[in-house]
Amino acid sequence: MKPAPFDYVRPETLAEACALLAGDEDARVIAGGQTLVPMLAMRLARPAKLIDILRLPELAGIREEDGAVIVGATTRQAIAERDPVIRASVPMLARVLPWVGHPPTRNRGTVGGSIANADPSAEIPLVAVTLGAEILLATPDGPASMSSDDFFIGPMLTTIGQGECVRAIRFPVWPHKRIGTGFFEISARKSDFAFVAAAAQVALDDDGHCLEVALGVGGVGDRPLRLDVSQLNGTRLDAASISGAINAASGDIDAMSDLHASAAYRRRVAVTLGIRALEAARDNAAATQRKGAR
Amino acid sequence: MKVDLRINGINRSAEVEPRKTLLDVLRENFLLNGTHAGCEHGVCGACTVLVDGEPVRSCLMFAVQADGYEITTIEGLAPAPGELSVIQDAFCETHGLQCGYCTPGMILAAHALLQNTLTPTREDIAEAISGNICRCTGYGQIIEAVQFAADRLRVANTPRPAALAEKPIVEAK
Repeated sequence: MKPAPFDYVRPETLAEACALLAGDEDARVIAGGQTLVPMLAMRLARPAKLIDILRLPELAGIREEDGAVIVGATTRQAIAERDPVIRASVPMLARVLPWVGHPPTRNRGTVGGSIANADPSAEIPLVAVTLGAEILLATPDGPASMSSDDFFIGPMLTTIGQGECVRAIRFPVWPHKRIGTGFFEISARKSDFAFVAAAAQVALDDDGHCLEVALGVGGVGDRPLRLDVSQLNGTRLDAASISGAINAASGDIDAMSDLHASAAYRRRVAVTLGIRALEAARDNAAATQRKGAR
Repeated sequence: MKVDLRINGINRSAEVEPRKTLLDVLRENFLLNGTHAGCEHGVCGACTVLVDGEPVRSCLMFAVQADGYEITTIEGLAPAPGELSVIQDAFCETHGLQCGYCTPGMILAAHALLQNTLTPTREDIAEAISGNICRCTGYGQIIEAVQFAADRLRVANTPRPAALAEKPIVEAK
């Protein structure tokens, strides 16, 4: 349980970090290290060089602009969990953060690290895909961005290239007044890897009709999946509409099978948790008078 | 690589390999053996230390990453040699430990919790120690210990400043 030797570099600027990454294919980024260090300890990863980006000022901070909340890659999960901007404007992210790891790992683990790690059962990538977040990258040629759908391509696999690193995540802010969220997951113990997770966010008008809805499931396929339940727009999100929409949307889910859960189980639980998440989100939105009542 | 650390209020430096975890540097370079090495891959919580007052796993942090932070180990909690902190004493009183291997991590996790609130619910305590595995006690007495320590700290003459700012002090029931 001791990592193999490596060189450690802590660059002063993002450009320097990208140049270091571009110049060495055995170099890897480290920020919070909450997934990478166990991989190193078990020698499942043996990079020659670690580039520490945790203290780069360009990657820090949470700000709201142009209908989105931009969360810097090195924002620690514990900070995001307590952040009033995230709580008010990206409620689904605030809802799932207490389920990410344990308090000590959230104190070190970063939002960008969870995105870059792309674990199919991880909560933060699930929120990114479900809300259609944009992944902002730093590349040797300057800033770039990519949709979450294009970014996640498989288990622990992303389209991130050599010399690139995640700069920030741009979560869209819904303009509606009454927004609610729901989240459920099944795991062996709380905060262990989810066999199945479901996250929902809905917006209601003053009469309780659905204005906008987003539903995603994690841990089921090889990456987080957004389910198309747009047929719920305009309904009152009654039980029959919800289960009809989810059954229609989940028909062609390609589920994984492993020691813990079969593909059939995962598909079944995804439907059940999807229904619960949407119902919880609806009730949560109904209880919200207006977005200002934070 | 030379690394400068601030541990329990004292500046210390060491020449370490980058691959050496904070845990190993605390134990081997500075002989602070109260921080226990358990699984060494971030599962058990035995190696928990406080970094800027927040519990983190010292096996998941390299010492070269740790400069500039205020690091607190179990050795840094007691007010004087031969004495116990209120939380340490509460663990003894309520039999919150048997073999003691998880105890330093448990106490530091509890310490961080009680810096933020002196009126934790059972759920708050369970969440705070959820990253720490104990294979002896079944956790019941550990939760009791943290509640007992909170009770004592509430009625102590010098409540923690952070807790004071957070919530008004409530008399112990």
